[in-house]
Amino acid sequence: MSIFRDAGHLFRLAGVYLAGTLIFLAARAVVVPHSFGQYGHYRGAAIAEIAAKPLHFAGHQTCETCHSDIAQAKAGGMHAHVNCEACHGPLANHAADPSIDPGKPDVATLCVRCHAASAARPKNFPQVDAAQHSGGVPCNTCHQPHNPAVAAGGAK
Amino acid sequence: MNITRRHMLLLLPAAAIAWESVLAGTPEASPNYAMAEHWWSMLIDIPKCIGCGNCVRACQKENDVPDGFFRTWVERYHVDDWNMANPEVISPDGGKEGFPAVAEDEKGKYFFVPKLCNHCADSPCTQVCPVGATFVAPDGVVLVDQKYCMGCAYCVQACPYGCRYIHPEKRVADKCTLCYHRITKGLTTACCEACPTGARQLADLKNPSDPIHAFLKTHSVQVLKPQMATGAKVFYNDLDGSVR
Amino acid sequence: MPGVEGFMHPNEVSLYWSVLIVLYPYITGLVAGAFILASLVRVFRVEAVGPTYRLALLTALSFLMVAPLPLQLHLGHPERSLEMYMTPHRTSAMAMFGFVYLWYLMAVLTVEIWLDYRADIVALSQSTRGVRRLFYQILTLGSSNVSPRSLHIDERVGWFITLIGIPSAFLLHGYVGFIFGSIKANPWWSSPLMPVVFIFSAMVSGIAAVMLIYMAASRLRRQLIDMQCVDTIAQYMLYTFIIDFSLEMLDLIHRIYEADESFRSLNFMVHTKLWFSQVILQICLGTLVPILLLALVQVTKLSAAVRRRLYGISGSLALIGIFAMRWNVVIGGQLFSKSFLGYTTYKMALATREGLLVAIGLTIMPLFILAVLVKLLPPWPKEQPVAHTAVVAGD
Repeated sequence: MSIFRDAGHLFRLAGVYLAGTLIFLAARAVVVPHSFGQYGHYRGAAIAEIAAKPLHFAGHQTCETCHSDIAQAKAGGMHAHVNCEACHGPLANHAADPSIDPGKPDVATLCVRCHAASAARPKNFPQVDAAQHSGGVPCNTCHQPHNPAVAAGGAK
Repeated sequence: MNITRRHMLLLLPAAAIAWESVLAGTPEASPNYAMAEHWWSMLIDIPKCIGCGNCVRACQKENDVPDGFFRTWVERYHVDDWNMANPEVISPDGGKEGFPAVAEDEKGKYFFVPKLCNHCADSPCTQVCPVGATFVAPDGVVLVDQKYCMGCAYCVQACPYGCRYIHPEKRVADKCTLCYHRITKGLTTACCEACPTGARQLADLKNPSDPIHAFLKTHSVQVLKPQMATGAKVFYNDLDGSVR
Repeated sequence: MPGVEGFMHPNEVSLYWSVLIVLYPYITGLVAGAFILASLVRVFRVEAVGPTYRLALLTALSFLMVAPLPLQLHLGHPERSLEMYMTPHRTSAMAMFGFVYLWYLMAVLTVEIWLDYRADIVALSQSTRGVRRLFYQILTLGSSNVSPRSLHIDERVGWFITLIGIPSAFLLHGYVGFIFGSIKANPWWSSPLMPVVFIFSAMVSGIAAVMLIYMAASRLRRQLIDMQCVDTIAQYMLYTFIIDFSLEMLDLIHRIYEADESFRSLNFMVHTKLWFSQVILQICLGTLVPILLLALVQVTKLSAAVRRRLYGISGSLALIGIFAMRWNVVIGGQLFSKSFLGYTTYKMALATREGLLVAIGLTIMPLFILAVLVKLLPPWPKEQPVAHTAVVAGD
């Protein structure tokens, strides 16, 4: 058939392209991760991988498992809803191995972070000018951090 | 605070059991967590935020966030009288070390706005990802598959809120994961855990007993950039109109 | 914070899309523009620009081959870039673009070049020796049939390929415009006009590039420059330029008039950070001056020598101006904060993976590739009489 003779090169080109497409499809079957498309257009296995990342903060329920006396002391005070690690920092390692010493927070920098007076803060939030208020004396001289109200018997 | 050795010996096994369920070892993670039962969001109560920066620091420690980039940050707004269109906004190092103190300002007002990924239901960032490396998980959290991401930064450009960045060492997209590794184990996010005033609260919209439902019924609540129609799921109580 | 004025969201301070992402639309634009010029001959039968037909196709191919490189150098993980073909996300303009690129390269450009050159390829496969002979033999795909009928079939199929090549070229570069224009988060980019503006400015740059390459190559080869050819090319460049300029002015006027929430911030940015690159370089030197010079040629009678000089100047200014336009879109879109309250700076590195030296290298690389292609697949029309003064002769 003369069409094949005179257009033979076009059929060869089409053949090359077909071969390329088949190679691509074969590669795709091998390369695309198995869990891809499990829940949507992404690797389903990624969800579990992300959920398995390590914890640094233990969460206050874990703290209270051992330190229920502290939780008791806090309840009813102004810091009742301030979680342990908000001041003590991430302590998942201590919860996993209690022999790890968490250390004590530095009162000089910690308390003023929240309580230094600023007109930017909500008006009803307890804030003081540290120098005027205590003249440089550490906050925990008069305030017990877990129950900071001085008059209500929280003083040390 | 008086734990005796006796106490320890009694409590340690209990702690260990409790801790087991928290750690839940393998990539198959928490066996009791079913994605279809949750639709995660967050509630931010602006009048409660004191700008202490605890959330920014906690997030950084929990998630190894690189310096100079932020999965969450706090902005401080100063609106002078009625000039809502031109607020003065600062976020020194994302608010990580708090903010400089302010003396009284008779005319204007100040407030703090914590920001994070809004975990949009109609997320524009997942729409533009060319390979499927970022996605909305079935429980409503927008996540990045950092093993698949090629670092093109298209998602960073598409996010209207500026919550994404390219990790300088891993060279892939990174952002708030709503502490997915914590919330799937029944814990709250690091930022909510560290917040001393309860200004940030994790919320599960599919849980009928979640306090957010009652809150939404009784308060005036907004999302950031509602005109973008992203289906943002971080709700702000008492958000001022000057907030960008 | 150094380099930051006003307030930026903390993650917005560093730019994520560098000069390489400016270069990429510039290069694909040159491809699309060069191809459109070639299609003027094949489809619209503008015989006058015939001498540049093959050159335009080879130019397009040279630039198209370099186009993926700035993207690969920009990616955090270029080894994962094939994921775009393996698991393309259908809602992503960038993913779909991977296939548009592939289609354009494999189904349009290389096929058209192959069909047009096939007779020459077959001849060269018989007349050369060694590695070159092998190269041409492979290109023939084993067929040495150059009968009149087969060449006629080639011509018909080639015409058809060019026909679908025109919308393909528009798609190739319009898509890049859409990649920016579809981002609602960025008011500097988000516009339905973006793909159209990109296409027309691409056409200007592509036409200018082919015109300059033709004139330069003719000088190097000591051949007469076909004045009817360059006069016609310059005309098309003028028409396209006018459309492009009108579209850009429409966008500008619309923004100024509507003055939405982003306007103040963007306006300030144009007046300060983008003053030189947008107003001076893109609009004045890169658009208005070339348009005026080309219009001057249309309305006055000037000698060939003067016309050639004006074409050289306007072509060069146009190429600079269109690059500036890409710069203003890509870099400009990242200089302002999405809070509309601040600005940052782009600190372009010199010798890093995404630095200035790499950008310059990538810009001139296509010219080296073109030099090789021109040797392998000579695009020149029938040789003209050679004379020392050939190129300088007037009408």
